[in-house]
Amino acid sequence: MAAVKLEALTRHDASQSPEADLARKALTYMTMMREVEERIERRLYRQGKVLGGVYVGRGQEAIPVGAGLAARPDDVLFPSHRDLALYLMRGVTPGQIFAQYMGRVGGLTRGRDGNMHMGDLSKGLVAIISAMAASVPVAAGAAMALKYQGRDQIVMVFFGDGATSRGDWHEGINLAAVQKAPLVLFCNNNQYAYSTPLDKQMACANVADRAPGYGIPAEIVDGNDPLAIYEAGRRGADHARMGLGPYLIECKTFRMTGHSAHDPADYVPKQLFEEWSQQCPIVRLEKRMIEEGWATSQEIAQLHERIRLETDQAIEWAEQSPYPDPSTLELDVYETKG
Amino acid sequence: MATTYLEAIREGLFEEMDRDPNVFLLGEDIGIYGGAFKVTAGMLDRYGPRRIVDTPISESAIVGAAIGASFMGLRPVAEMQFADFISCGFDQIVNFAAKCRYRWNAPAPMVVRAPCGGGIHGGPYHSQQNEAWFAHTPGLKVVLPATARDAKGLIKSAVRDNDPVIFFEHKALYRRVKEDLPQGDYTVPLGKANIHREGRHLSVITYSAMVHVADEAASIVAKEGLSVEVIDLRTLTPLDEDTILASVRKTSKAIVFHEATLTGGFGGEIAARITEKAFEYLDGPVMRLAAPDTPVPFSPTLEEAYLPNVDKLVAKIRQLAAY
Repeated sequence: MAAVKLEALTRHDASQSPEADLARKALTYMTMMREVEERIERRLYRQGKVLGGVYVGRGQEAIPVGAGLAARPDDVLFPSHRDLALYLMRGVTPGQIFAQYMGRVGGLTRGRDGNMHMGDLSKGLVAIISAMAASVPVAAGAAMALKYQGRDQIVMVFFGDGATSRGDWHEGINLAAVQKAPLVLFCNNNQYAYSTPLDKQMACANVADRAPGYGIPAEIVDGNDPLAIYEAGRRGADHARMGLGPYLIECKTFRMTGHSAHDPADYVPKQLFEEWSQQCPIVRLEKRMIEEGWATSQEIAQLHERIRLETDQAIEWAEQSPYPDPSTLELDVYETKG
Repeated sequence: MATTYLEAIREGLFEEMDRDPNVFLLGEDIGIYGGAFKVTAGMLDRYGPRRIVDTPISESAIVGAAIGASFMGLRPVAEMQFADFISCGFDQIVNFAAKCRYRWNAPAPMVVRAPCGGGIHGGPYHSQQNEAWFAHTPGLKVVLPATARDAKGLIKSAVRDNDPVIFFEHKALYRRVKEDLPQGDYTVPLGKANIHREGRHLSVITYSAMVHVADEAASIVAKEGLSVEVIDLRTLTPLDEDTILASVRKTSKAIVFHEATLTGGFGGEIAARITEKAFEYLDGPVMRLAAPDTPVPFSPTLEEAYLPNVDKLVAKIRQLAAY
């Protein structure tokens, strides 16, 4: 009897720890991202309700979530195309995301742009453009501006391994390094840029190997462990906030899909998918949470159920959102129409 | 004392930096060296390295960083060493800066200064007049002053504008053009053309350095009794269509004249608008005079043959007047 009581107390204590709290947040946002993207990719896209390209971050949810947890609420984020969780963490609703994909007024760009090409400056979220790594110089400039203004916020910018081949990546990092701008760079190294494997993308073994060339520190982290990414993100954020300049974090992971919903990824050896399916960041975290006593399997099941219901409601909300009125076509090209 | 076109731009930048602590400059060699053409000379001493940022040779990063800084509430003025190198930052300008307001309601108030134009023996990579690339991109404003007074008034308006502005400074005008400037804080609005010279018989619609060529040509044909009106557009985007059409309705004949190459040049757009909207007023075809469709050559004989000049314009004016 006493033993049972003691065990319950221990579990109770563990579940109240800061680690448990962090893990619960991580699990919540990874699950939300997974659920929202599953609906987009496997239902709404196939039903023809979602238009244009669909690029999801299945299996890579730990990266935006770990990084987002390491950011302060007033830090400025530059998500890339597999970082949906960052939007959720900053309070963008799943309904707004579905509406964005459906080209409705309720999306963040009011139908002006599609899929994850979205941002909201009031939430510290800067929208990407399609050219990979183009955000890096922009993020460098935002970081320079924060320093200019004497604010202690930092900027986090996200990109894939393929993006590190572009000149913008190199120019942006170099400028930020020279200026000691408060910038943390997160590389989602999922080993494929569309169909091109890493060894055809670069001749060095790691993206992190490039950092010494710019005189900045870098570290490599397990890209499927949100808590490890959080820890690395905290180190990077502290470094940047102390005025020491940019910090690069390479998150090693794997793209569990094609480049986009229309890409069956036949070029990826099946064996790689099988190996990496054992590393699902959500399954791994759930297992650890149960082992550590941070949550029960029942609580986790409830979380999934709650997110499923909320996602259903969000889709309904988005489908009620109207398409933009064609009469608004020419608005907002300039501050004043002329 | 008369102020040069170059000094006018510098004065405008000084005044805007004094007025607004959010204004800062970034670019290659703009600090201790004062810029390739010395437009920013003296700025570093006055404002320090925080507000006068010497950058690596990275046009894409310069423009990208300006966009990012504008999102954070600053007012960046980026210098391209030559307008020719703006192509290295093209994606940031046409895909990022130009589209942010439309896409996600994030204005990018910034100025990209671009020393442009030929006549300085700069060859194919230091002479181009590439404004049409940007006039073809919705979301950008395109400004090309011809006079010292306008250079100052327009740079001040550009810095204050809430949209991205590409500001083309003609290198051949930097030290050749000077005048007494109005005292105090004045601006010249974007989107308002100037009737540089009034006339009755024929309109020459032009901008940038060619305004002065047109003025000289007009003085020559005036002796033959031909009264030529010279319209200085000052900005291509926004375009002051009203002033163009009013002039053509008055004179019934129009030559569109620019230093940029002919095909796909902005002159074609102006000619089309005149024919669409003032056709019934025309007493002859809308004619164009522009550089031929070649790169800008280096050797003096070739460059002279390339550049539009007073003789070529006078011949074109006589041809149209006789139509």
